[in-house]
Amino acid sequence: MMRDILVPLVSGTIFGAGLTIGGMTDPARVRGFLDLFGDWDPTLAFVMGGAVLVMALAWVIQRKMQRPAFAEGFSLPDRSDVTPRLVGGSALFGIGWGIAGLCPGPGFAALAIAPGSAAIFVAAMLAGMLAVRLMEGRG
Amino acid sequence: MTLPGFPEAAPLPGLIGGVLIGLAAAVMLLGAGRIAGVSGIAARAFGLADSSMPRAGAWAFVIGLPLGAWVVTDQTGSSAPDFASPVLLVIAGLIVGIGTRLGSGCTSGHGVCGMSRLSQRSLVAVATFMVTGFATVAAMNALGIEVLG
Repeated sequence: MMRDILVPLVSGTIFGAGLTIGGMTDPARVRGFLDLFGDWDPTLAFVMGGAVLVMALAWVIQRKMQRPAFAEGFSLPDRSDVTPRLVGGSALFGIGWGIAGLCPGPGFAALAIAPGSAAIFVAAMLAGMLAVRLMEGRG
Repeated sequence: MTLPGFPEAAPLPGLIGGVLIGLAAAVMLLGAGRIAGVSGIAARAFGLADSSMPRAGAWAFVIGLPLGAWVVTDQTGSSAPDFASPVLLVIAGLIVGIGTRLGSGCTSGHGVCGMSRLSQRSLVAVATFMVTGFATVAAMNALGIEVLG
């Protein structure tokens, strides 16, 4: 039971630290990266590059493991079908990301940086998630 | 360290932050056998998604995010950056919430975890939200909509 909490807690804490150091919790930094046709700020390309590089290595290690270190087995997505829902949802997400310069991870991390603003964003995001759940009739 | 032509860029903090994010996702993958996708885990924590992930673990991950941010700001003592107005935060939050559920992921799940394993769905998702993100900022700039003070 303890390991079910400890591993995600460690992961989340390192994740939040990385988001903050990398500038993802600064909306001006994020919107600067998305301002490709204006005053472009390439910082986030380094964030994404560093993260993807480390994770690519982790996937190599994962393929050699029978099971994860602290769980019974791997629970990984295995779909490969590209659907209108995937594309439409991702398109929407990009619009929301561009408007305020926040995505879900930095939204939660920013609760420790600008609690008022972050709480408004997170509450609205959860409401959006709830809306999808209700539309799908699984409320 | 500065980047020639981009005086405002911070490539080194960006790279360090990125490596930490990758390590965090690696801990989740190799430790718990799961994808460190923030939107999916948050939805699980708040009871808005069906998932096999233990709910207590989902909460632990979500709580870790501000905890890690707090540790960094506490050490560096940096001042809080500007955020969008409450109205824009509500609009953006709603769209992000709906979009990430329909699209099965965000910058972490599709961007960091999916792209690094060359998932076809994630590559399409990332290309899509990058394009609409670029277009949104370009459109708002063209319309003269100021977001940050």
